[in-house]
Amino acid sequence: MSALRRFVDKIKPPFEKGGKLHIFLAGFEAVETFLFVPNKVTTGKVHIKDANDMKRSLIIVMIAMVPALLFGIWNTGFLHFQALGVDAGFWRMVGFGILKILPLYIVSYVVGLGIEIGFAQWRHEEVAEGYFVTGFLIPLVMPVDVPLWMVAVATVFAVVIGKEVFGGTGMNILNPALVARAFLFFAYPGSMSGDKVWIAGLADGTGVIDGYSGATILGQAAQNTTHFVNGLGESFTPMDMFLGFIPGSIGETSTLAILIGAAILILTGVGSWKIIFSVFAGGAVMGLILNLFAVNDFMALPFWQHLLLGGFAFGAVFMATDPVSAAQTERGKWIYGFLIGIMAILIRVLNPAYPEGVMLAILLMNVFAPLIDHYVVEANIKKRLKRAKVIAN
Amino acid sequence: MAEVIKIKKGLDIKMKGQAEKIYVKAPRAKTYAIKPPDWHGLTPKIIPKLCDEVKVGTPIFFDKYNPEVKFCSPVSGILSSINRGERRRIVEVVVEDDGKDTHETFPHGDPEGMKREQIVENLLSSGLWPAIRRRPYTVIAKTGEVPKSIFISAFDTSPLAPDFDFLLKDSEEDFQWGVNVLKQLTEGKVYLNLDGRFPSVRTLSGIKGVEINRFKGPHPAGNVGIQISRLDPINKGEVVWVVQPQDVVAIGRLFKTGKYDPSMIVALTGSRVNKPQYYKVIRGASVSTILENQLKEGDNRVISGNVLNGRTINPETGYIGFFDSQITVIPEGNYYEFFGWIKPGLKKLSVSRSFASTWLTPNREFDLDTNFHGGQRAFVMTGEYEKVLPMDIYPVQLLKAILVNDIDKMEQLGIYELDEEDLALCEFVCTSKTPVTKILRDGLRAMRKEMEE
Repeated sequence: MSALRRFVDKIKPPFEKGGKLHIFLAGFEAVETFLFVPNKVTTGKVHIKDANDMKRSLIIVMIAMVPALLFGIWNTGFLHFQALGVDAGFWRMVGFGILKILPLYIVSYVVGLGIEIGFAQWRHEEVAEGYFVTGFLIPLVMPVDVPLWMVAVATVFAVVIGKEVFGGTGMNILNPALVARAFLFFAYPGSMSGDKVWIAGLADGTGVIDGYSGATILGQAAQNTTHFVNGLGESFTPMDMFLGFIPGSIGETSTLAILIGAAILILTGVGSWKIIFSVFAGGAVMGLILNLFAVNDFMALPFWQHLLLGGFAFGAVFMATDPVSAAQTERGKWIYGFLIGIMAILIRVLNPAYPEGVMLAILLMNVFAPLIDHYVVEANIKKRLKRAKVIAN
Repeated sequence: MAEVIKIKKGLDIKMKGQAEKIYVKAPRAKTYAIKPPDWHGLTPKIIPKLCDEVKVGTPIFFDKYNPEVKFCSPVSGILSSINRGERRRIVEVVVEDDGKDTHETFPHGDPEGMKREQIVENLLSSGLWPAIRRRPYTVIAKTGEVPKSIFISAFDTSPLAPDFDFLLKDSEEDFQWGVNVLKQLTEGKVYLNLDGRFPSVRTLSGIKGVEINRFKGPHPAGNVGIQISRLDPINKGEVVWVVQPQDVVAIGRLFKTGKYDPSMIVALTGSRVNKPQYYKVIRGASVSTILENQLKEGDNRVISGNVLNGRTINPETGYIGFFDSQITVIPEGNYYEFFGWIKPGLKKLSVSRSFASTWLTPNREFDLDTNFHGGQRAFVMTGEYEKVLPMDIYPVQLLKAILVNDIDKMEQLGIYELDEEDLALCEFVCTSKTPVTKILRDGLRAMRKEMEE
């Protein structure tokens, strides 16, 4: 370790100001601070600092997403071989999943981090860690057969238009990973929706058994049926939906895996339990309202099943909780989360053109979050003014 | 007696090096200094010439913009040097002690029989006026102004803070005299706030003529700013004065004896001190005599004040600050830590529950150093500051208003109620390592300029 430190110290001088490699300083620093917490000390009147930092907070978010990723890897293989009618073993399914998903990650991180480092160098700032999480999220919200170049284009769009134009991590209005997904959803709907994209190999069609359908449950629900079946025509039980043996974006299918992530976020305090809870509460309330006024099968779908379907749980736990794009006041978080839940189910059920209402609901509420905060803060200001007047009288 | 006011939000930082409750008379220092930067917005003008003789209580400089506000020598001797810092700003006015303690004399007597002007004049000429500070802005009180109330916080909840109960137990009578003086300066109440965590404690609970309140809760419950916000919050245009307990005692002695008594007690604390204990010193003493044989080997930082609100001083040439009852010595944290951000963190202190220590050893006393623990980032995490600020204020929104210099917003969001020490915990817990207290001071400075100039 100290040998590594000596090596880093030895190769550092050319990167510093005036050195030949100065234009790569941001990249060098990113690697250096990744290896070592810097030796910087406090200078102001506050002499000690909490040991927590951005890297640690964000790595916790990544750890929380690992269960969803692992399940997604397995499920990719599972559904693929189911569609082929092949009885593959566990490791073959996992192996297949890794082969499909790893390239998505490589593209997401190489493209995203490349742009981040470039911007950091241009602004003479340290590389912010925000992209660790965004880069982890982007593949998880993609259908498995999405072309790699699309992921690259979406990543560029998300990082540049979704984040850097606002000033980088911490300044953005929308959740960058959702920007990437929304971009593809509207620019290339053929690769982002329909019945063919959710299971690896289905669009290609080679070797797929006749009549196998890759429709997601929400896709089926939009056709006004509540008898949900898998590609082979066998019924899905709510337990299947909870555990995640269903088609969907890579990371979103298993509510169980996502809840493990939610537990990690809540126990460490990194994710806001208020937002997670209130999104679920909002979804349940809207589901109940629709149940009460049900005029078709989709509206009559038991409200609690909505929470297991599509990207609802994933959005609630990993997307809505992004502290930068969410409401920032504690009271605002309740309102923000609750409205996401309401909007998500409302869009999902009443506008069948967009069965994935969660993405749109979160993006919409991202836009409204500053307004919610504004009113919360305004109430505080009014209270203070009132106090001043009471005393003046 | 009023009931105990409970403070829920906040954080007690447990550190190694609490001072043992013994008094030691520190050997007399050779030099003493008054440091103008201890007061915000002060431009000093030196009165005597170098090498002029001064007595205890002889003015050595005054405030250029309020010439009646004088700052006096704590010892007798000669004015030996005027030390300047960046941009030739005067940072220390040093007096070399002759050990004779000859002193100026001032009028004395029962303050209840004196007029307000007489009292103010006495405080001004003895150099004790600068001990009275006004909120908002935490600057020296204006002589012509009548505050709506005066606050004394007689306990300190900061890390390793001295026990004021122990510190004041022999000075109750002088304290009462001091309170009698302060009572003449306001039309409102004098609030005396005691530690509600130790209700058995008796010191000061018999003081008359004040409203006594007890506060119970974690730091910053002992901060006067928090107490004001609970008892008599500051609205636009209102002024509250604050005085520290040892200064109340000094004011009391001035009126009782006619002498400026600069003696005070400081606690020497911190993990890098051999034997943490209390010292009887003279205000502004050079810190070197106290630190002799007390520092452990290694790269240390000596702080006049506590780790959340203190100034770094040089262990050989530094002086104790005017308002500080505490000296803290902790290790410097100038080391690299391999993969430090991912380790379980058994020996790290954090409010975040992502560290093993938070779960396994919540009551551990930590040996904290000055490492920055990461790099500065934009605001990302939310809800962190609110957990350690027991005030009805939105700190992040206020800081953002300051960063864009929006005076109206700052006022609306309650900047008048805050001082750096109140937001120090926010700076401590901040994941983005935002320099919260510096931003706040910039805001207070901008605000004061806008309102008063």
